[in-house]
Amino acid sequence: MYALGMRGILDLAAYVPYWRLNRSEIRATFGSGGGKGTRAVASFDEDTTTIGTEAARLLGSVSPSSLWFATVSPAYLDKTNATTIHAALRFDSDVTALDWGGSIRSGVGALMTALRGNDPVLVVTADIRDGLPTSADESSGGDAAAAIMVGSDSEGPLLAEVLGMGSATEEFIDRWRLPGDRRSKVWEERFGETRYVPLGEEAWNAGLKDAGITAAEIDQVIITSSHARSVRAISSRLGVEADKIALDYSETIGYTGSAHAGLALTGLLETVGAQKTIALLSLADGADVLVLRTTDAITKRKPVRSVATQIEARADVAYGKFLSWREWVTLEPPRRPEPGRISASISSRREDWKYGFVGSRDRTSNAFHLPPARVSMKGGAVDDMDPAPMAAEIGTIATFTIDRIAYSPSPPIVFAVIDFEGGGRTAVEMCDVDAESLKMGDRVEMTFRRLFTSDGIHNYFWKARPVRDGVAK
Amino acid sequence: MSSHGIKDQVAIVGMGCTKFGEHWTLGTDDLLLWSTSEALESAGIEKDEVDAYWLGTAMSGNSGQTLSRPLSMCKPVTRVENYCATGSEALRNASYAVASGAYDVAMAVGVEKVKDSGYQGLVGASHAPTDGTARTLSAAAMFAMCAPAYGNKYGVTDEQMREVLARISWKNHQNGARNERAQFRKEVSMETICGAPLMAGDLGVFDCSGVADGSAAAIVVRAEDALRYTDKPIYIKGLSFLAGAGTGNADPDYDYTWFPEINAAAKDAYAQAGVTDPRSQISMAEVHDCFTPAELLIYEDLGFAERGTAWKEVLNGTFDLDGSMPVNPDGGLKSFGHPVGASGLRMFFENWLQLRNDAPPERRITTADRGLGLVHNLGGYPGEMVSFVGVVGNQLG
Repeated sequence: MYALGMRGILDLAAYVPYWRLNRSEIRATFGSGGGKGTRAVASFDEDTTTIGTEAARLLGSVSPSSLWFATVSPAYLDKTNATTIHAALRFDSDVTALDWGGSIRSGVGALMTALRGNDPVLVVTADIRDGLPTSADESSGGDAAAAIMVGSDSEGPLLAEVLGMGSATEEFIDRWRLPGDRRSKVWEERFGETRYVPLGEEAWNAGLKDAGITAAEIDQVIITSSHARSVRAISSRLGVEADKIALDYSETIGYTGSAHAGLALTGLLETVGAQKTIALLSLADGADVLVLRTTDAITKRKPVRSVATQIEARADVAYGKFLSWREWVTLEPPRRPEPGRISASISSRREDWKYGFVGSRDRTSNAFHLPPARVSMKGGAVDDMDPAPMAAEIGTIATFTIDRIAYSPSPPIVFAVIDFEGGGRTAVEMCDVDAESLKMGDRVEMTFRRLFTSDGIHNYFWKARPVRDGVAK
Repeated sequence: MSSHGIKDQVAIVGMGCTKFGEHWTLGTDDLLLWSTSEALESAGIEKDEVDAYWLGTAMSGNSGQTLSRPLSMCKPVTRVENYCATGSEALRNASYAVASGAYDVAMAVGVEKVKDSGYQGLVGASHAPTDGTARTLSAAAMFAMCAPAYGNKYGVTDEQMREVLARISWKNHQNGARNERAQFRKEVSMETICGAPLMAGDLGVFDCSGVADGSAAAIVVRAEDALRYTDKPIYIKGLSFLAGAGTGNADPDYDYTWFPEINAAAKDAYAQAGVTDPRSQISMAEVHDCFTPAELLIYEDLGFAERGTAWKEVLNGTFDLDGSMPVNPDGGLKSFGHPVGASGLRMFFENWLQLRNDAPPERRITTADRGLGLVHNLGGYPGEMVSFVGVVGNQLG
């Protein structure tokens, strides 16, 4: 038993973007690169902040004292990105929001630090992986986010308890990127293997010792790293049979950097069952090992939207569109002015609406106002409204249209008037949608997106997308 | 709430209107000089005889100096802006100023120099800071939503709707082809209209009004003074302007098959003018055909057709130049393009020509003997618009 006692995972969920790139398209286009299978692709209107938010929205009700956000690709530097997620999740102001930034290891590091602590912490990890066209990073990378609610059994039933942890650290140059650069570079893989394999073994042994178990007692092990050669090399040295090595999603999602430990853990906990001992080994500028034991509570938990179902709910994105979304190529824009930057002070005054999608509801007429209003459109009552949180509401399409001339980072815009099932109407942009198949009456859900960026300020707001499976919070 | 109007208190005694189009060689100043000179000449007066000016422009300048500077004068010039109703709003305010007795002679001028932006289409005038949550849709897309909504409600198939909308566009281009001031002076076949590239929803290029530079102007005086300036004055019968609450996109009761703001403005203007049966009393209407579905819905909001029937009347030719209720005999926004500040006054200019029997024979309406004409503008979008309806007549009483 780990020294901190009943510390573990209260809830967890992962978000996999809707779009997939067939890796074969890369070779078909350039004659090199690519590979087998697909990689997950965040849409043009998603960034690590929005996909992190979406992962957290797939959790049940959580009450952290801190929100930690770890990514290699932050939407902002200097400014904290976790505050945006904090706003979208409508956390109270006494919940701290902190970024862990810069490196792949920050994801698993945030998780293990939260598990070592005493407070309930929501750890959100997200990454959007990219590299030069035809590079290994481009094809083997993937975009995803994971949200893990860490706490003690006093805060609720743990899905998995921590048995032990181990780490090993060493300075060496395997992959690197200067701030501002768009892609990472890597040293010859054979050198990295000479560092990662012994570091991995050191952390593994430390983790097993901390947990007080032997490798033979491990039911499933997740091995995750950007360094594929080391993963292959170490998998036969852990004392665990090959059939106990968990799915790594390399064929479907790709390696998702700082989010991958959380993603793989989520996927495994959704399928592994109760009373199983599982281990996570992450190789990133050292090695980290986390040993967990699932509880009976896990059998009662049904994921809102499992990793497996999100892998199925997908559509292909053409390689050319992918390259334009990642801004490797610039397409001719509509000949319309680009939007101006948003106002900080207005956004602050309208935080509940802009980030939380909270309208208002007239106490007398019950009329919903989206956006919120002070004077009711039905009856004219003034300042007699309650907040109307709408982000989790399901709507149906009352009418819609396709706009081929308005400015969009990825035209055309599909725009719909949404009637929410519990009342209220709003007119919003649609996303993750095939416009040709859309029809009136289709059910939609809200999703947090980045509409555009102007003067370096990201404009976050909500869009609607078709309900495909399960319902986000 | 009262809305008394100023029926028969004020008359238009002179008007001017530039040719509308892509005036690459003319600036805002040139367009203003063109329209105001023509209006002064039409009324037979000099600019010093005009006591006050109302200048309508949405995006071509701020303050009255946009007019006083090019005309090199020091006069009361009020700049007004009310979206696409800006030109009509200038006339409404000038007319009220004269009716109040504050001035004897006032001029309403509308102008827009659109083609200097470097973009296709209109470029929004507002640079007010925002929180970035408002929709970023084009006007075409917003109005595109009206067509299927109307079709669903009244049982019009997509194919029928395509023909109805094309017929509206075809009619306006027919009329515009006969107008020397129009931007587009070609007849366009139904086949061309139906086969045009899509802009938004099912709306093609020919379902959307063009973009043009232009200016128009009107001189107003007290009705009792009118005959000093012209033997054929046009009298103000009713002027209604409404700014809607803008709740349509948040109101589940709004169904995109009508424009409540337009309907209310029409009722107000008709009450002021004493119009009880527009189909038999009004000779012609200039309406805001920014997009073909707008014109379709406007017919019903103005009472030219019963709810759910306008589409049949379109196909029957009711609104054609030789129909029983000619609409947009000058070619409308379809043929003129839409210099925002000028459009409303351009519409008054067509009433000025038709009700005085000055329109050229090839596009003269046959219903002028009813004696009343209508001008309609909308500004904004379905569910969130401003609307103007004005009624003028060639007789007192």
